[in-house]
Amino acid sequence: MRKLWDFHGGIHPPENKRQSTSRPIRIAGIPKQLVIPLQQHIGAAARAVVEVGQQVKKGELIADAVGAVSVPVHASTSGTIVATEDRPVAHPSGLSDRCIVLEADGEDLWTELQPCPDYKQLSTAGLLAKVRNAGIAGMGGAGFPTEIKLHPPKNDKVNALILNGAECEPYITADDMLMRERADWIVKGLEIMAYLLEPEEVFIGIEDNKPEAIEALRQATQQTKIHLVVVPTKYPSGGEKQLIKILTGLEVPHGRIPADIGVMCQNVGTAAAVYRAVRHGEPLISRITTVTGQSVRSPGNFETRIGTPIEFLLQEAGYQAESAGRLILGGPMMGFSLSHENLPITKTTNCILAATAEEFPDPLPEQNCIRCGMCEAVCPAELLPQQLYWFARSEELEKAESYNLFDCIECGACAYVCPSSIPLVQYYRFAKNAIRLSQAEHQKSDKARERFEFRKLRLEREQEEKAAKRKARAEAAAKAQAERKQREASSDTAANTGRESDAASKQAAVAAAVERAKAKRQNPAKQNPKESGQENKPLEQQLQLPSTEELKANIEKAKAKLEKVRAALTDAENKGSPTVDKMRAAVTKNEERLAAAELALRKASDAAKHTNAPSASENAPSAAERQPQVEKVETAASALDSEALQANLQKAEDKLAMMQGMLTDAIQENDPKKVAKLERAVEKNRERVASARKALNAVTDPVAQQ
Amino acid sequence: MQWVLLCTLPGFLALVWFFGWGVFINVAFATLLAVSAEALILLMRKKPIGLYLKDYSAVVTAVLLALALPPLAPWWVTTVAVLAAIVVAKHLYGGLGQNPFNPAMVGYALVLVSFPVAMTTLWTTPVPLLGAENLDSLGFLKTLQVIFLGANDLIDGYTMATPLDVYKHEISIATAEELTQKAVFGSHIAVGWEWVNLGFLAGGLVLLWRKIISWHIPAGFFAGLAVCSLVFGWDEDRYTPLHLHLFAGATMLGAFFIATDPVSAATSKLGKIYYGAGIGVLLYIIRTWGGYPDAVAFAVLLMNFAAPFLDYYTRPRTYGHRSARRGIK
Repeated sequence: MRKLWDFHGGIHPPENKRQSTSRPIRIAGIPKQLVIPLQQHIGAAARAVVEVGQQVKKGELIADAVGAVSVPVHASTSGTIVATEDRPVAHPSGLSDRCIVLEADGEDLWTELQPCPDYKQLSTAGLLAKVRNAGIAGMGGAGFPTEIKLHPPKNDKVNALILNGAECEPYITADDMLMRERADWIVKGLEIMAYLLEPEEVFIGIEDNKPEAIEALRQATQQTKIHLVVVPTKYPSGGEKQLIKILTGLEVPHGRIPADIGVMCQNVGTAAAVYRAVRHGEPLISRITTVTGQSVRSPGNFETRIGTPIEFLLQEAGYQAESAGRLILGGPMMGFSLSHENLPITKTTNCILAATAEEFPDPLPEQNCIRCGMCEAVCPAELLPQQLYWFARSEELEKAESYNLFDCIECGACAYVCPSSIPLVQYYRFAKNAIRLSQAEHQKSDKARERFEFRKLRLEREQEEKAAKRKARAEAAAKAQAERKQREASSDTAANTGRESDAASKQAAVAAAVERAKAKRQNPAKQNPKESGQENKPLEQQLQLPSTEELKANIEKAKAKLEKVRAALTDAENKGSPTVDKMRAAVTKNEERLAAAELALRKASDAAKHTNAPSASENAPSAAERQPQVEKVETAASALDSEALQANLQKAEDKLAMMQGMLTDAIQENDPKKVAKLERAVEKNRERVASARKALNAVTDPVAQQ
Repeated sequence: MQWVLLCTLPGFLALVWFFGWGVFINVAFATLLAVSAEALILLMRKKPIGLYLKDYSAVVTAVLLALALPPLAPWWVTTVAVLAAIVVAKHLYGGLGQNPFNPAMVGYALVLVSFPVAMTTLWTTPVPLLGAENLDSLGFLKTLQVIFLGANDLIDGYTMATPLDVYKHEISIATAEELTQKAVFGSHIAVGWEWVNLGFLAGGLVLLWRKIISWHIPAGFFAGLAVCSLVFGWDEDRYTPLHLHLFAGATMLGAFFIATDPVSAATSKLGKIYYGAGIGVLLYIIRTWGGYPDAVAFAVLLMNFAAPFLDYYTRPRTYGHRSARRGIK
């Protein structure tokens, strides 16, 4: 007898399993129309690959997996696709989802299958592909794609593979009957999983209230290394975390998955499906579903095609709609009420419970919590349900979270024992949703803020760069101007004085007027070299290539100026002003300037056409500017790399710390076997941390040196 | 709640047997009053009366309160206590489940500090009701007269101080041996009281067996009281001895029926132990150095204050967590 552990709390509700185990598994008929949801699993919904009007055979692919976390969907019988549309699906909120509607032709003809008599002939990848292509998702209820679980990351070695046959929820017997009648499928499926995962130990956990199933499995596991472990009946021992605790004594740490402690749980139904998929090539198109409750005349288990309407299945079991009180999908503890019967059976539908009003009377009115603590005594997660209830009620979400609300597995044990008939789980679901919602909003606003800050930073940087360029340009221009001035200084001054004396002799005006005239003439002379782009251009081009945009802007500017000067000229002519001549000169000058600007633009655009990168090699400053940019890109890439590695290291260190923690716990518990196992795990994790650190150093060091 | 009522029966019967019809009258009167007050308040609060009366919480409060009152307490004392318990301590705080303090003890403490004479001098002499000395006990009608009409001239010779009171006040002038010769202590521990306490102990054990209460609070309670008594009061000639502490006052009623009121107690297991221990220690301190001979009410009320604090610091470790998260966050 193996050592078993116990989990905290738990309850013993009336089992009510007898009703549905008295008859063998029956094959449910083929309904006229099957509604097959594209999302029956956790992950991305499958994408339909059939068209309306298309004929399909039983087992044919009708929707393919999308992305890594997804599974394909197959036709449950042969027939015609009549629609791909939103139909109501079984969900607590009663929402609709994308479904393929298949009209059965009644012939039920299989598509061509690829059986495989010996799975050991197949490669690991081939086996995994078979599981994936068969559309298998965890059949215990969650519906996580099985293939993903079967190839965990190399770091996560599975030490213990657990097949969950506890089925602790009242009324449900789907797994029980499957184990009784098809134990060999389950065991063979489990062997395939074990072949893929190479665990040290393989268990089947089963509650002691199923003697027939235990006997069947005992027979089937005789020649194998599988440990059949019978555990005491207690709800919710079939919970993944609880069963792991019972069988291994380990607890799945908060926020982790079983694989992190080297344990994996699979459902018995999943194992049978894996066997059928590998051995016979059959995709997952049917499952065992319990139909029970006092509103059906012959309760029992049915092998049901996926997509069968619940109404049809209920009829098979002799549904008496007039006596029906509540229709529940799943069990009385964790299931939810359905508003109507026209919903499809999916890969995770394990039970339809059609109860009469006497069987499931309306819940008593909710009364005040008297803090009696009965909920705390039965909570398998060792929470303080009544405190969580207060916090959820008063929407003190932070407190609820700090009281580990998210460790609640929603098993309903607390609500079951509550003397004030408070629907506790509903409060917890509400609080969880509210917290998730606020977290999502928080993340969204964080992202928006980041985006905004990044934009601000970018704009600032651009501003700075622009300012630097402008400064450089201005400096170069000033230098050029100074040179020109020096060159022109002698001749210009001579000419000016000549003209000046001319003017003096003509008008004999006062000195002040002469001064003014001189100033007037000198000014355009000063501005001239600066603004008449033609001469300056080569110089500017050397400093930096003016973009066509800038040139275009120049043209616009020149045009505007010309327009202005022309207007002034006409004005002056009309008035007969003496400055007409001067104005005319200005107009011609501006016309020249405009022409020059246009020429520059043409040249620039030509150059851009000829060479994509305009003379980068000739352009010393520009090349120098580009150089650091390239470097920047490189460092960014390595930073990205090092970030990922840092995350890796962080993860590895986390795991090491966790393992060490568990080791200390184990040492305190004085369990030499566990200690040895954990010591090995710690050692391995230490190596992993070291290698992660090494990888990180290899990347970050050169960066630092640069 | 019905089980709680049922389990008070042995103690209640013992009380009636030894202390006369007054106990019975008090319990009946208090219950009637409490249920009426509850119904009236529920009506005012527009709550479904039938549903809330069916939870028996008002009856439990009334019975526990009446069991703690002196058997000959006049009707107005009972009335004040019950109204304070039901109206003020319970419904003004929002009704069942919302009250931070034990309603019965609020009522009791109020009348104890308001009417000290009535509360301490009206304990009847323990005389077996149907025993050989039947003639000496106060009859049912006479008791009714005393309680409702204040016919105090009838009770001379029928009342006496409680054993805890006697021991506390007279141990300074006499030795333990001399004291225990007194009639009030009888041949075992304290006449009548020992049976009353045994009755409540039996009822408490049934509650434990039925899993209506957990062992944590009573265990903490006895541990606190016993440790104090053995450490400080080991000298019988100076302090009340442990067996008197356990079997002469309201100890058993307090430990199993009053301190275990879930609404006002701590909720985590460890918290319950601390909570019970706190009551035990305070009980000893007040009985020994305080002004009152018995102190269950004060000890319970004081620890009611501490319950939320205890809960903050005694949170259990959740599945998958390495250690509990404790303290105020």
